[in-house]
Amino acid sequence: MPPRKKAEINPKQQSMWIRSKQLSLLERLCNACAVSGDEGEVRKIVMEEIEPLADELRVDALGNVLAIRQGRGRAPRLRVMLAAHMDEVGLMVVNDEGEGIYRCEAVGRLDIRQLPGKPVLVGKERIPGIIGAKPIHLTTASERKNAIPLDALRVDTSPSGKKVQVGDRAAFATPFTRLGPSVLAKALDDRLGVTGLIELFKNPPQNIDLLAAFTVQEEVGVRGARVAAYALEPDIGIALDCTPAYDLPIWDGEENAVYNTRLGGGPAIYVADSSTLSDPRLFRHFIDTAEALGLPYQIRQAGGGGTDAGAIHRQRAGIPSLSISVPGRNLHSAASIARVLDWENTLQLVHAGLSRLSPNLLKQDR
Amino acid sequence: MTDLTELLKQLISAPGLSGYETPVKELLHTAWSPLADELHVSQVGSLHGLKRGTASEPRPAILLAAHMDAIGLMVSEIVDGFLRLSEIGGLDPRVLPGQLVIVHGRKDLTGVILQPADRLLPARLQGNPPPLEYLLVDVGLPPREVERLVRPGDLISFAQKPIEMGAEYIAGHSLDNRASVVAVTHCLELLQERPHAWDVWAVASAQEEETMAGAYTSAFAIHPELAVAIDVTFAKGPGANDYRTFTLGKGPTLGWGPNIHPLLHRQFKDLAEKLEFTHLLEPLPRHSGTDAYALQVTAEGIPTMVVSIPLRYMHTPVEMVTMQDIRRAGRLLAEFIVQLKPDHMAQFTWKD
Repeated sequence: MPPRKKAEINPKQQSMWIRSKQLSLLERLCNACAVSGDEGEVRKIVMEEIEPLADELRVDALGNVLAIRQGRGRAPRLRVMLAAHMDEVGLMVVNDEGEGIYRCEAVGRLDIRQLPGKPVLVGKERIPGIIGAKPIHLTTASERKNAIPLDALRVDTSPSGKKVQVGDRAAFATPFTRLGPSVLAKALDDRLGVTGLIELFKNPPQNIDLLAAFTVQEEVGVRGARVAAYALEPDIGIALDCTPAYDLPIWDGEENAVYNTRLGGGPAIYVADSSTLSDPRLFRHFIDTAEALGLPYQIRQAGGGGTDAGAIHRQRAGIPSLSISVPGRNLHSAASIARVLDWENTLQLVHAGLSRLSPNLLKQDR
Repeated sequence: MTDLTELLKQLISAPGLSGYETPVKELLHTAWSPLADELHVSQVGSLHGLKRGTASEPRPAILLAAHMDAIGLMVSEIVDGFLRLSEIGGLDPRVLPGQLVIVHGRKDLTGVILQPADRLLPARLQGNPPPLEYLLVDVGLPPREVERLVRPGDLISFAQKPIEMGAEYIAGHSLDNRASVVAVTHCLELLQERPHAWDVWAVASAQEEETMAGAYTSAFAIHPELAVAIDVTFAKGPGANDYRTFTLGKGPTLGWGPNIHPLLHRQFKDLAEKLEFTHLLEPLPRHSGTDAYALQVTAEGIPTMVVSIPLRYMHTPVEMVTMQDIRRAGRLLAEFIVQLKPDHMAQFTWKD
């Protein structure tokens, strides 16, 4: 493993670190299963972690965890909502065909080409299942040119497996793994954000009131963030998420100009995605912060995708919002990869940016 | 007695791609040491275990061949720290995206197979499964580290760990054909307590998935009177339900076709019925797709049989078998061997 190269940041200014404690929490959270609508396993860990520190804490009607940590700086303090979604993409069992064979539907945007040949965990008891594929010997060359449709795939818990109920969720069974400077896991989108938000909640900037929203149902239409933003009524909303890095070489050797983000490039600051035009004041503020501190950052290529900010910025009379994401490869699949240093730099940037926030920012013209 | 489930889990946790069977062979060497009178490794990498019979010399011999090699991948090129792939054995590239693998470089590296986003693929492939040459492996390391640790030609095996599903069922990679290797082990074990006239050569053959080099050469070296290939066959399951498929837990199947000696088939069938074993007839109208294809035409020709264990999702990293079929296959082989008389081959005449 090569030495971890630090940015030029003055260590005295660094307030967020990723060490083994943070990585163990990330591991626990990634290995927990929380397909949209069934976020209980993650919610339990989140509650355990933040309960002792929260000035106010509640779980709302949809299952969002809303936690407030008051600042100690001079009032009036900005109320800043930080949102990280607890849910992950996965499957729901929709039909029991007998003998341990179950038909499933996708929950969230899943590329069905990522499903064949994967182990899953089904229901609260985490019953092992597999998604197989027809043996290559029984397929034709023309058949192999097409993706295996979801209605031809089944979750198989074996003829003697424990009974699974229709309505149970199935999540990918990939165990969290460290790979040198990287982590490999399912659901890095958005356990990197959830773990990061827990860390920020433990070590909050003092000048603001931190309104943490651990949201549900982001992957099925940004449902949790919408009501969370209404309830918390923040001055500013920031979504902490994980965004795709499409930074692979192109098959014909052409330059990859559509990479979205790159691993190792630092936190990805959003200018616009398909559901939000970032507040330009916040966008500039975080870029200025990164420049001032010498933190690496990248501007996520505009277009596509969406985060909790898509619901937050249109709530009530409008909430200035921004998304900042950790870049990750192969998201929405059984195994994603992210760099630990990108994650640390993301938390460092968010912490530093929040620490430098002043109510005057919102008085400026956009 | 060996814990067969544990042995199987061990065997499918070890690499052993065609032509590079050493890791699995070492485990098997340990497992067979107490069960065989002699162990040898052939020049192409097959493991031969001899269990001597009681008949006087020259003793007839039966060869039990279960291939131990597995399908997998190989590094073909390194581009910006990502690995391009070629295959070992037949793989449907549609099961590869998002799959965990181990790259056997200067050290073992865990990685994941990436399917490039549609925006990075030629228009005709967008939304479709990309062929193998478009897939890449990411080992999570910076490019210069990858260059230092990996070379073209390095092997890549699946990282999927064994999954125990309910009682008796096991899923994982390389159950084709480690399941049969365990069946042969079980047979050797049963023979420890049962006198048999014939010599028994247990062969964990190499390279079946590519060239069957193991079966050709082991059969030549051992020159047995009879040969049995033990392999896996298609189990009924999602997407596989026609005449070529067999119910899990109702095996083994007894192969029938040009690759199989009709008398030898009948002897297995009669024995299975006598013992009230469940068994299924597997019609193999042409090539059996097993080591039997090689065994049968070695030297002046050998009467050959195929016994198969039903397996779901063949050639994926989540193949599934039941231990019941494995044990039953092992027992059927042992029972067949025990009843072989020194003059058994006298029956092998063609009465057309």
